[in-house]
Amino acid sequence: MMSVQNLRVSYGESEIIPDMNLEVAPGEIVAIMGRNGMGKTTLMKSLIGIHPASRGSISVAGTDVSRLETYQRVEKGLAYVPQGRAIFSTMTVRENIETGLTVTGRTKVPGDIYELFPVLLDMKGRRGGNLSGGQQQQLAIARALASNPKVLLLDEPTEGIQPSIIKEMARTLRRIRDERGLSIVVSEQVLSFALDMADRILVIEKGEVVHESPRDGIDEAKVSRFLSI
Amino acid sequence: MIGDYTYSEFGSILAMQGFAGLILFSVFVLMALGLAIIFGQMGVINMAHGEFMILGAYVTYLCSTFVSATIPAFFPYYFFVAMILAFCAAFALGVLVEWAMIRHLYKRPLDTLLATWGLSLVLQQTYRTVFGAREVGVSLPDWLIGSLPVTDVVEVPINGLFVMALTFVITAVVYLLMYRSNWGKRVRAVVQNRTMAGAVGINTRMTDRMTFGLGCGIAGIAGSAFTMIGSTGPTSGQQYIVDTFLVVVFGGAASLLGTIASAFTISQAQSTMEFFMSGSMAKVLTLLAVVGILMLRPQGLFTLKIRR
Ligand SMILES: Nc1ncnc2c1ncn2[C@@H]1O[C@H](COP(=O)(O)OP(=O)(O)OP(=O)(O)O)[C@@H](O)[C@H]1O
Ligand SMILES: [Mg+2]
Repeated sequence: MMSVQNLRVSYGESEIIPDMNLEVAPGEIVAIMGRNGMGKTTLMKSLIGIHPASRGSISVAGTDVSRLETYQRVEKGLAYVPQGRAIFSTMTVRENIETGLTVTGRTKVPGDIYELFPVLLDMKGRRGGNLSGGQQQQLAIARALASNPKVLLLDEPTEGIQPSIIKEMARTLRRIRDERGLSIVVSEQVLSFALDMADRILVIEKGEVVHESPRDGIDEAKVSRFLSI
Repeated sequence: MIGDYTYSEFGSILAMQGFAGLILFSVFVLMALGLAIIFGQMGVINMAHGEFMILGAYVTYLCSTFVSATIPAFFPYYFFVAMILAFCAAFALGVLVEWAMIRHLYKRPLDTLLATWGLSLVLQQTYRTVFGAREVGVSLPDWLIGSLPVTDVVEVPINGLFVMALTFVITAVVYLLMYRSNWGKRVRAVVQNRTMAGAVGINTRMTDRMTFGLGCGIAGIAGSAFTMIGSTGPTSGQQYIVDTFLVVVFGGAASLLGTIASAFTISQAQSTMEFFMSGSMAKVLTLLAVVGILMLRPQGLFTLKIRR
């Protein structure tokens, strides 16, 4: 569903991701793990086009998107939930979700989005900025789903969220994948969450994949060693 | 007795000046709406805003001369068509300017300031070349001339009432556009977080261009209204630009209600004081008051209450 080849991303002189290759199958959930500053956010930003790659190609469902602008990549089926959520804080919950509808040409929020996140229905008239962190995270996911993506990019969705809610979030994300058949690429530092939701786990260090394993039969001890150095 | 006036005379003066202030208020609001949209929503300080207004005024003037020369029967209603044409002309010029100039300067506010100032000079010279340096006026249709007597001494001019009604309608339309339409939602999303707006699928460049065009278009309508209460010359726009900035900053750039409230306060203060002292003195006092208030409330009169 998504294919990334020879991706190089740098900030000025400093090369953050030297040469990344990644294949994501339809309906697959891939977790990308790595410690602080290893390039997870940088990878996400270059996939969605906020910080374009300096080399390499990204294709979604067979279409090359690496030369496109951010909003065009969304048209082609990518959706993005950034680290820190970045919801539109002065706009209401409903308006926030509606911004995600832009590429679909629809104007009404489809009911199944509120079904996934009932709390958003209760609060749809409130300003996004007045929601709690966990609610904002749900809102950011709902907004991304509104564009009907083929591939959902999630950057550290568990940051600042309490453990019981994290479990719940893993369940919801799997449900979204099952119902909609989309692929999910999620960056993570919490191993238990990645194990709960992903089909495959990649560990990156300085922008390079140092370990890769399917969820089943993963060497947990080894992965946590990578994450705790 | 107050000075040489009796109380009832004094009351009438206040009422008449208050009404004169309301007309000024209308032009301020129309000007400030456009400027506030462009400045508040896009962070661009458009020094040529007054010239966009004057473009609208000239279009109205052209319309009035054309109609009275060719289809005089239509003359009583020409103003409505003129207004629409004024909007279209200013909108089109705005879109062109955004495309040719502003979009290259979004991250450099100071350069935008200089560039739009340069643009204002170019436009002034163009007007001078095309329309001549002399001020031109439009002739009003009969139904807009005259005034309604309210009491023996107080009367209100009809064209003033008309301008106010017009302002009211346009403000309402802008409000609906910004807060009830999909387009407005996109504009607000871009304002809040440009990067993220792109990442949810909004074409931010197109949104910018249309926003700039709309702001300029409203200035064009302001120019149309302006022809009813003043005559139009190549530099007439300049007199309004500083006042309009004052209105926008005082009101709190991102708030429509703030813009209106501040336009009202400033125009009323000026117009009332102008009767008792010279115009420039009134201006100085208004300016001092605004600066004082802004020192206490740097965010302007109105702000949204949310966590950021
Ligand atoms: N705008 C920028 N300019 C220059 N360097 C940057 C910029 N953003 C990130 N970096 C650098 O790129 C590297 C990778 O950062 P990135 O944000 O991708 O890490 P991360 O894996 O997402 O970390 P975290 O878990 O803390 O979110 C870091 O060394 C960081 O300093
Ligand atoms: Mg990060």
